[in-house]
Amino acid sequence: MKIRPVYFFLLLAVVGVVLVFANTPTISNYKTYDNQGIAQQNPDESYEKMMDVLTHQRCMNCHPNDNIPKQGDDRHPHYFGMARGDDDNGFEATSCNTCHQSINNTNSGVPGAPHWSLAPASMGWEGLSRAQIAERLLDKNTNGNRSHDELVKHMTEDDLVLWAWEPGIDADGNQRTIPPVSKKEFKEAVENWFANGAIIPNK
Amino acid sequence: MEISLTINGMLKTVDVGDENTPLLWIVRDLLNLKGTKFGCGKAACGACTLLVDDEAVRSCSYPVKFVEGKKVTTIEGLGDRENPHPVQQAWIEEIVPQCGYCQPGFMMATAALLNKVPNPTDEDIDNNIINVCRCGTYYRMRKAIHRAAKLQAEINTNETKEI
Repeated sequence: MKIRPVYFFLLLAVVGVVLVFANTPTISNYKTYDNQGIAQQNPDESYEKMMDVLTHQRCMNCHPNDNIPKQGDDRHPHYFGMARGDDDNGFEATSCNTCHQSINNTNSGVPGAPHWSLAPASMGWEGLSRAQIAERLLDKNTNGNRSHDELVKHMTEDDLVLWAWEPGIDADGNQRTIPPVSKKEFKEAVENWFANGAIIPNK
Repeated sequence: MEISLTINGMLKTVDVGDENTPLLWIVRDLLNLKGTKFGCGKAACGACTLLVDDEAVRSCSYPVKFVEGKKVTTIEGLGDRENPHPVQQAWIEEIVPQCGYCQPGFMMATAALLNKVPNPTDEDIDNNIINVCRCGTYYRMRKAIHRAAKLQAEINTNETKEI
């Protein structure tokens, strides 16, 4: 029996469509970050890069789980008994902004950035595993009701987040350490991980 | 650059070479108000505490550029001999100071606290008054803070009656 070419190409098209749907990767139930154009890196690699930053002391010192901000590379409790207070900004008359302003202070070594304060208690990451941090990051009940788009914007554009790469000098005049991943790489990693569905590896 | 501020009720304009100069040096050296003290220079001890728009700040770590158009209050502007602020009156009554160097900072921090918490508990005092006194006058200061709260409440009550 001789098959007419048109039927052959029709068959090929049907098989192609079936294969496309069969091989589409499963993504998380969360709304995905709509920027597939930048999805070039391995998302698991992006996840690890992102977590290298989030677990660094420049970030983690202000994401405590005991309401006590931490200081320094040794992550010691903030001196003078400073704590979260009712609004994540210290106490009534002695707040974060009694000492911390919107810029680093090169005279005193006091760090500063816009809206300097603790991350809300629901965003306490201290002591959690990378997967647990990612879960809290993605859960709208613990991330400040942020969508994926809003998380990407917060993590790649917020001045307080990006302060981690410009932390200034400490009280002894020494440069504070910065995360092990560059700001550019971090931004790319965040965008890529979300663009690929924000899947937590090994979960 | 020129920076205009209201200090202790008076409008002043200062000319500064470096806009990041600590407010403390402007207050002490340009405006000649020596009550605010230099302690550690690292925003740790609180000797340099003053009020910017009624909020306590550590002036050794506060760039002068941030006071443009704002209201600054130092210990000299809190009250005077004839009309002491309740905090100053309480400090006198409880004979708080020993060497006295750190006391202006404590009094300014206390004034800020009473603005926010008119009747502070010991816990409020522990949380908010975290300055350092090398003479160890903390016990007398605690008594004076409670005393100041009562004096301020009496003033507020009298003012309400007059109205």
